[in-house]
Amino acid sequence: MSALPAYASPVQRVWYYAFRVIVGLIFFFLIAPILVIIPLSFNAEDFFTYTPGMLALDPEAYSLKHYRDFFSNSDWQQAMWNSLAIAPSATVLSVGLGTLAAIGLSQSHVPFRRAIMAILISPMIVPLIISAAGMYFFYSRVGLQGTYVGVVLAHAALGIPFVIITVTATLVGFDRSLTRAAANLGADPVRTFFKVQMPLILPGVISGGLFAFITSFDEVVVVLFVGSASQKTLPWQMFIGLREQISPTILAVATLLVAISILLLATVELLRRRSERLRGITPQ
Amino acid sequence: MSDMSQTHGAETQSPPSGPVLAADGRPLKHSLNRALRRQKMRALMLIAPLLIFILITFIAPIADMLFRSVENQIVEDTLPRTVAVLGDWDPEADDLPPPAAFAGLYRDLFIAAEEKTHTRLGSRLNYETTGISSLFRKSGRSMDDVGEEIVDTIEATDPIWEEPATWAALAESAGSALPDFSNVWADFARVVRADGDDPAEENPWEVLHVSLAEDLRAGAAAEYDGPLKAELGQLTQALAGVAPVDYVAAMEDVDEGWSDPAVWRTIRTYAPRLTSGYFLNAVDMQLTDQGVAQQPEDQRLYLMLFQRTLIMSLTITLATILLGYPVAWLLANLPMRVSNILMILVLLPFWTSLLVRTSAWKVLLQQQGVINDLLVWIGIIADDNRLVLINNATGTIIAMTHILLPFMILPLYSVMQTIPPTYLRAAKSLGANDWTAFWRVYFPQSVPGIGAGSILVFILAIGYYITPELVGGTTGVFISNRIAYHISTSLNWGLAAALGTILLALVLLLYWVYDKLVGIDNVKLG
Repeated sequence: MSALPAYASPVQRVWYYAFRVIVGLIFFFLIAPILVIIPLSFNAEDFFTYTPGMLALDPEAYSLKHYRDFFSNSDWQQAMWNSLAIAPSATVLSVGLGTLAAIGLSQSHVPFRRAIMAILISPMIVPLIISAAGMYFFYSRVGLQGTYVGVVLAHAALGIPFVIITVTATLVGFDRSLTRAAANLGADPVRTFFKVQMPLILPGVISGGLFAFITSFDEVVVVLFVGSASQKTLPWQMFIGLREQISPTILAVATLLVAISILLLATVELLRRRSERLRGITPQ
Repeated sequence: MSDMSQTHGAETQSPPSGPVLAADGRPLKHSLNRALRRQKMRALMLIAPLLIFILITFIAPIADMLFRSVENQIVEDTLPRTVAVLGDWDPEADDLPPPAAFAGLYRDLFIAAEEKTHTRLGSRLNYETTGISSLFRKSGRSMDDVGEEIVDTIEATDPIWEEPATWAALAESAGSALPDFSNVWADFARVVRADGDDPAEENPWEVLHVSLAEDLRAGAAAEYDGPLKAELGQLTQALAGVAPVDYVAAMEDVDEGWSDPAVWRTIRTYAPRLTSGYFLNAVDMQLTDQGVAQQPEDQRLYLMLFQRTLIMSLTITLATILLGYPVAWLLANLPMRVSNILMILVLLPFWTSLLVRTSAWKVLLQQQGVINDLLVWIGIIADDNRLVLINNATGTIIAMTHILLPFMILPLYSVMQTIPPTYLRAAKSLGANDWTAFWRVYFPQSVPGIGAGSILVFILAIGYYITPELVGGTTGVFISNRIAYHISTSLNWGLAAALGTILLALVLLLYWVYDKLVGIDNVKLG
């Protein structure tokens, strides 16, 4: 149904347009909730609905006060700085260890490859509430519960499957004769890695890193249990806010987070295309 | 690199007979094997840091949870003497355990109260029989009233018994001559040292007096050989005039609860170090001394919650199929340029924070929220008759369908992309109408996509916690919410672990099916 043929019957014609309307409505269902909250975050009142003034596009009805609140409220600021400290640390850990392991896994002879892969992917498979429960029990046994180190370790573990999956996927298309050529020209393995292999798999590493970052940055279940109030992150603060007294500042934060996700989505998409181009796979 | 030299060597040296040799004169087979081994080692070395990291930060916690779901050391650790005696008690024959059990309980509970572990055990056993928690708490407070007469008599006999050093000296050489006393002293010394104090400077507990009196009454003074022998003889004589402690009466004096056979049965049933009790609780059963029984009607909860979790996850999965299929179809059949742009509408929600989407739904679905306002404005519903869309199952289903929809669309899309459009045209040219062509030709080929998407959505849905917690109220919450409740509010960690283990087993089973159908390696991102 890529295009309606000229000989289509009236029924087919009606269905063709009706179908598009239905799909349009589903797209609306997908995207509208996210878009609806953006204007609401500029509400001058503390309401969660559109005031008559807002609908009349009265500039008086809009304000930045919820954003001001976000940037001046010490709770939200602490949460923001915690998020900005925890997510990058977790990302560095999971990208560092994950990339090494992905290179190891993509060698031609790896004993117990399936079992190792299953273990490394498991943090993605196990429901978060179960990971959180286990980590809470275990980390309080070893004294990591309620510490930054504990939260960073937990988030790094959750991000690792994404790094492994993206980097191994990039390595599948990696031409091994390039490293052999480098070795032939006298480069030692370390130099080969940094000069030849790394630049080529970099897009995969970066998008794996972005996945790991967003995993940690958005994660709330594990941090609720493994962290304590002093490690509260933005999602933690939002969750508490939504559960107890819902304040419109949450919508301002949500809007900022949507902006961040758009940025990340664009970056990942660009990287994917660049990597496909570099590896000679043209998108159809 | 090393394998290059091996092949090179194999080419240059080809002796007519005997084993093929490599350049360094070793048999080629060995060299190749060694190279392969080295290659394997190098791969493992690269993987090892991450593997160890995951084993410590993730697998160990999961194993800990599995262990906690059966772990039950607290009863035997806190009441070792009682548990040892209770093994011989037959609840069928006698209502109450033998007096020895009461004697053991007195010592155990005294020590536990000093260590302040008795309340923890009380709350643990309270999960099984309500009322035990307060029984333990109250008893802990009055343990030092037992055997008052003995304590007074000992201290009146000779002032040296008021000196902690005397007791420490006695304990030094007590050995097997004063078995009861040395046994209790070991615990006394352990607890005192744990506080950073010296047992020789700490006032002895009343339970030490009582146990010493028991030993002396059994004639220990004659066997004992060491310092204070004369004083012990003196004590034996003095204590002969005092009635021995009647532990049964004394414990019942402390709290009437101890004459309740149900309490003793619970302690006996939960004495083993490993228990199936938590798992039974997780499926609305309980462990009693007569074996496994159903929970009373009003305490059954978990089977209903598991059932609700499964039914609601199934509903959400069906909803995502219904909404996702047309979208995936259109995306797969439009020109790449257009579908790439429309794909953003799918990927943006996918990338947006879960909490942002949940808060959006919270704002939209409220009674004073956007959807109700809109419906009132249009005139579909009256202002005083606004729909209750949140804090119930409806809220959970709407919000989670939205959140999980991309996970259905993406696998469906990738399967539909591989279905050649020519098949549909062929079907139509053979005389099929639009519906037959779709239903008999296209749909069967898209079933793998539906399968992959459904399992993925279903697995994600049954483990969801945040969204049901925020929009589910009480009727829209899942088993995960109950797990979280037991971890952070009721502190019944064993039950939380058992519920988690059951959920984990369910998810792993589904993943196994997913792996058979789709292959875990085919998981794609972005």
